[in-house]
Order: sequence, then structure tokens, then C-alpha cells
Amino acid sequence: MAAVMPAPAASRLLLSGNEAVARAVWEAGVKVAAAYPGTPSTEMMEVVSTYPDLYAEWSVNEKVSLEVAIGAAYAGSRAFCCMKHVGMNVASDALMTLTLTGVSGGLVIAIADDVGLSSSQNEQDSRYWGRFAHVPVLEPADSQEAYAMTLYAYTLSEQFQVPVILRMTTRINHVKSLVTVGERVAHAGAGFKKDPARYVMVPGNAGKRIPLMFKRDGELRALAETSELNFIEDGSDKRIGFIASGPAYMHVKESFPDAPVLKLGFSCPVPFEKCRQLAAMVDQVVVVEEVEPLVETELKAQGLQVIGKEILPLQGELSPNVLKPAIARLLGEPVPETQSTVALNVFPRPPTMCVACPHLGVYYTLSQVRNLNISGDIGCYTLGAGHPWNALDTCVSMGASMGIALGMDKGRGEADKDKRVVAVIGDSTFLHMGMQGLLDMVYNKGNVTVLLLDNRAVGMTGGQDNPGNGRDIYGDDAPRIDFAKLVSALGVKEERIHTVNPYELPVLFKTLREEVKVPEVSVIITDQPCVLIKDYHKLKPFEVLEDKCTGCGNCIDVGCPAIHVTRRGKEVKPSGREVDLAFVRIESSVCTGCGLCLQPCAPDAIVHHVPTSPIQFASKGCAA
Amino acid sequence: MNGVSNILVVGIGGQGVMTATEILAEAAIALGHDAKKTEVAGMAQRGGVVSSHLRFGPKVLSPQITPGTADVLLGFESAEAMRWQHMLKPGGITLMNTAKLVPPVVELGLFDYPEDPLAEIRKSGNKVVAFDATTIAQELGDIRLGNTVMLGAIADHLPFGAETLLACVLQRFARKGEKMVDLNRRAFEAGRAAVGAAEAALA
Repeated sequence: MAAVMPAPAASRLLLSGNEAVARAVWEAGVKVAAAYPGTPSTEMMEVVSTYPDLYAEWSVNEKVSLEVAIGAAYAGSRAFCCMKHVGMNVASDALMTLTLTGVSGGLVIAIADDVGLSSSQNEQDSRYWGRFAHVPVLEPADSQEAYAMTLYAYTLSEQFQVPVILRMTTRINHVKSLVTVGERVAHAGAGFKKDPARYVMVPGNAGKRIPLMFKRDGELRALAETSELNFIEDGSDKRIGFIASGPAYMHVKESFPDAPVLKLGFSCPVPFEKCRQLAAMVDQVVVVEEVEPLVETELKAQGLQVIGKEILPLQGELSPNVLKPAIARLLGEPVPETQSTVALNVFPRPPTMCVACPHLGVYYTLSQVRNLNISGDIGCYTLGAGHPWNALDTCVSMGASMGIALGMDKGRGEADKDKRVVAVIGDSTFLHMGMQGLLDMVYNKGNVTVLLLDNRAVGMTGGQDNPGNGRDIYGDDAPRIDFAKLVSALGVKEERIHTVNPYELPVLFKTLREEVKVPEVSVIITDQPCVLIKDYHKLKPFEVLEDKCTGCGNCIDVGCPAIHVTRRGKEVKPSGREVDLAFVRIESSVCTGCGLCLQPCAPDAIVHHVPTSPIQFASKGCAA
Repeated sequence: MNGVSNILVVGIGGQGVMTATEILAEAAIALGHDAKKTEVAGMAQRGGVVSSHLRFGPKVLSPQITPGTADVLLGFESAEAMRWQHMLKPGGITLMNTAKLVPPVVELGLFDYPEDPLAEIRKSGNKVVAFDATTIAQELGDIRLGNTVMLGAIADHLPFGAETLLACVLQRFARKGEKMVDLNRRAFEAGRAAVGAAEAALA
């Protein structure tokens, strides 16, 4: 993205939490910002990269992004790093020692917890990292706070020479609300000052830093006690006082406008005295926190009688329709019913692969091959686990398809002795954390066929660039990795590496069938771009000749959302077996002519569509 | 919450639901309201369910609309309008596009698409007005105008006049030239008229 002119100071803007943080990063004079995309954090770095006066990058994974930020902060410049919650699992190796060295220039790490799992493989509470790594955690409750806390986090970071975690959740990252922005203040980097006792963490040096970390803990707790980010709002209904942070604070205020509330913005270390102050004002204290009972447990350990997860769920968001009934039950009041009386049942509508997605060819092919155990990974292609393909059997963490496939191979039981093990991984996921797994597989002589789906984008998060497509975060040319050479360098035999066009089903099918029979590591690279990025070129759309369609339904098994059933029927085969028929049409207005569906079409009923009206159609962004 | 309006916009990924809600938010802000907009959009880019919440008023706290409290439900797709009926407050209204977007799970025969979503909503007792935004857009020459038709459809069901919303819509197209501005103005008015006519027919 090209740099744009930032809105002037004092502008009041409708910004998402992600956009608000990005603005603050620019205003704070950050020099280096690095991230790997991941919902709901992605837009932070996308927007940061539109600001002038700084360097932004898509890193290959979260650990590298944090290390890039650490380097900049060691060099005395302000640095920023952001990731989704699972990203910190990857980056934590760096974090856990970074806390000992501390920083010179301010370093803020924004972690976006996908509370409610809108697009994640698990639900985690990143506030744990504050405890585990002994670093402060700030928790905004809306976009204005996300903006203000990011700015403050740089001051805090430099004051204590400590990295600061900004803990966000989906309901902060993606909610748009009003933000009043300010001026950018340039930050002059101090330069790197060599100090091996501080920056070279060998045992002798690291051991001496640990007491300093504990001393810092105490100082930070004292600061949290007086911080303006932690404040009590009194209320007339003293039966319950709430301690809340993040979006849960807004839900508490919405649900119980008359209750006293201690709002924790600087929530780690927990300001125990302030909590005691609230407790003294009310009959009982309820801690409302998403997701884990962290503050609750720490308060109980302090001897405070508080209530939390005894009455509130350990999973998901704590919105008013969760809070109100729980509190009513606690008070012995009648549980308020939702005012709505209507609830109509509708079919589920899971996410689908896009029309003409190159992965359709891969999953159609996988679904046609028997006796496979398919180790999957994280990306759009995880959707291959769904209908109609049902051709992905595991999904755990980024890059895990490699190691899990090898483990399935080495650990195969008698029941699986005739099964072939296949691993499916996308280009960006492979570069993120899959390469090491493939190396391990080759080194340990595994028997796995790897499908490396190179669609030249981080697809699921919106088509971000990566080292596989030859563009950097600014859209500028960058060195492009050659996947065939890369897997060859990792030790895969040249004759076991195939680059295949996934739209050519017979070639893909034949290659897969042959490679799964070879008892060693094979890699099949598919090389067609994501249909949502500029590298994709649409072709002439197809249509179905109604009188030629026999209702065999083969094309439906491709799974393209442009194919629709017009009528159903039944046919009795000469064998006496009754089969279901489904006659189809193609929504030619969205078809981009990939040609996948016409390959399994038995009667050749699919032909190029001849436009019959002057209407301009769009493939997306339309109302219907 | 006192004086807070709750607008729920629903559809599927790629239809422009989130953009439409953002324009509604801009109109509310232009009139001096506080506003919050939030989505439940699980991997929505891939044709999944999208429900976009807009709350505005003197001061908005929680960004989510609690079930049973939405004033207006704007449905970009028929079955989706059905799906979210429980969000409406008693007396709330549904404004829905009659377009049906049938997902692969239905084509595969795993689930049924409701025979007549409009009739089912009516039968439930909730107030509903239906119109064919897709055809209106096509008749204006570009199916992409459907988004603006949908915004026109809600224009007379907001606690403020249609002009502010129209201005916010047209502002989006200002850079694309007068022809686009004019087309969108016509699409907006056509959406307004379609709802007006449908309501008159019901009365």
C-alpha cells in the first residue's frame, strides 16, 4: 500500500481498534514495525504500512517479527510488533528472554485474542504472558483507549525499559468507534549502546538480570495502583461492585449502569489495593474478565472474597446477554428473558472456498483418491475438511501438517498399514513454520506426500504479500522464493518434486496417485494464484446446456459456489440401484472460467457462456 | 440504553454488508451521535454468515446489539434475514432483499433452503417489508448498485432524515465522477421508493 496523507491532529475519526493502534504507532514516532498476518490483528500492520516516516514489514512468522522489533528497540528506536493470540506462542521464545534484557527504545507488542473464535483454532488469554514474562499489560475497552494506551505504552516502555503488551480482543480490533487523534512526535533513536552484560544472555549475565526483573515487577505494581488507567466509578447500587477490563467493562456498564465499577486498563500487575478499595465500598465483588480467571485468582490468593468464573463462562465473550442472567441468579432475582419471541431455523452457512479457487482442484482430487490420511494446516485450505470434499483430517497449528504427517507415518498402526499419508500446506504457512517440518521429514526418511499449495498470498487473512509472491508490504518488488529449489535444498529428491497446475485435474490426479505409492518424501507444488489477488486473471465464464445436463452431479463435487441445482430427480440403473439426480446451472455472472467443473462433466454439458444482456456483472462486492 | 438506536445489517461475505453499515455509522456521526459498529463475521470473505451491528445515540457502551433489541434489521439475503429474527425487538421491522443465495451445503442436498423466507417471517408475527434490490440494481444497469439500493431501503426507517444518509453514500462515489454519483442517487431513491411502495401495499 502506498503511503497516504494522515488525517490532521484533532480529527475525530471512525476507526477500528486496529486502525486506532496504527495511528498511535505513527504518532509515537515508531521507526520499525513488523508482523505476520493473523485475524483479528492483520489490519494493524496493513494500516501502519500506509503511514509515512516508518519502516513496516510482513515478517515470515511472529517470532521473527518480534525479533525484528527487538533489534530496533535495542538500537534505541521505537518499535512495534503485533500478532494474533496464537502468534505469541511462536514468538514467546524471544519474549521470555527479552524481559531480562529489556529495551532501549520503546517496544509495544499488540496481541489480538480471538475471543469467541471467529477465525482461530483455539481461544487463549494473552494476559498470561504478562505474568509469565513479567511485563506490563494494558487492556483497552474501545478504539479511543486503544489509541491512547498505545501512546502511553511507549512512555511506560521507556520509563521501565520493558516491552509492554497491549492486550486486545476481536471486539476491540474490529469494532469501529470514534477516536480523536493527535500530532505525531518524532522520536530520535538513541543508537545501539554495546552492553554485553545486558544484551548477551548467557547464564552468567542472565542470572544477574532476573532479580532486576522482580524488582521491576514491584515498581510496576506500585505504578498500577496510582495509574489513571485504573479507576473506580461509584454507583448507587452497592449490592455488587464489578472489576472489569477490556470489552467486558463496556458490557458491565451497559448491563449495570448503577453499580460501582473498578475499571482495569493497566491490568498487569494487578493493583491489589485498588481492588480492596472497591471491595470496601460494596456488599460483594464480581470480577468480569475475558477469558481466564486471572485477576480473580490473584485476588483470591490475596485473601479477597471475590466471585468470578463460579457464575461466568470460561469461554467466549461476556456480553450483556451473558452477564445479566448470571448476575440476576447471583442476586436471587428473576432471570430476565430476552424480549424476542421469534426464532426461525435456517440451514448453517459455513464459509466456502471462492468461485474458481485453485484449492478446489486440489480437494476434488484428494476426495477422489482412497486410503489417504491427510494432515492439514492453517489457511483457506483448511476448508477442505468440509463438504463436499471431506479431505483434510487434522488442523492444529501453523506448519503442523509436516510434523504430524511424519508422526502419522512413523506411528502407523496395523489398521493404517495400507494408508498413504499426505500433508497439505499453503505457501505462506510453509514459509512461516512448515520448512523445518519438511526438513525433519526428509532427514528422518519419512513416507509422506506433501501438497504445497502456492497461491502467492496469505489468503485467509485477505491476500497479504509474502516471500513467495515477490512483493513486500508496500507492494514493491521483493526477492521471490523458488519453492521447487527450496524443497530441493531441504533434501527432497529432484524426481520427487513436481510443479502442477491445479486446474489440470488429470495431471494432478496422476501425479498424486503415483507419488503416494513412492515410499519417501514427495512434494507436489500447485502454482496458481488466489482468485482474490491481482495476479489472478479471469477467463470467459461457462454455462450449462440444460438439455444436455444428465443430472449426474459430478460437477457439484468440485465444490464451486457458482454451481446451483435447478431440479432434482431419481433414476433406476439397469442394476436396479436407484440414484439421485441433480440438474445444475452455473451462475455465469460470477463464473471466471477456471474450467474445473467441466472436467468431470460426463455429457459435456458445460460450455462457454454467451452474454445475452448488456448488464455489467461483478464477481464480488455486489448486493446479490 | 436510553436513546440508543440498534440497526442490524445481515447478509453473506462479499455482499457489502460491512461497508453499508459503515456508511450508516458515518451518517449517524455526521448528525453528532456517538456510534459503534461491530461484526460477527467468521471468515466472512468466504461466503459465510455476516451480521453487522450498528449502535448510535448520545453515548454507546457495549458495541453489540443484545438479542431482542434491534430496531431495524436490514437483510441483504432472504434466508439471512430469517436467521436473525430473534435479534429484533417487539415491533421492530425487517427490510429484506428477496434475493436468495443458495450455499454449496444446500446444493449438495445436506440442508434445505427455506421455501419462502418472507412468508415465514410474516407468519412469525414480525413486521417485514420485502423488495427485489438485485433486479432494481440490474434495471439501473449495474448489479453493484444493489448496495446503494439497500441503503435507500432503510433511509425512511432511521431516527434521522434520508438526506444525511444519501449525502454519505454519494460522498463515497464523489471521486468516481458525476455519472456514478447520479447512478447511485437513482439507486438510493429506487430503494426508498421500493420500500415505500411495499409498505403502502401492506397498509
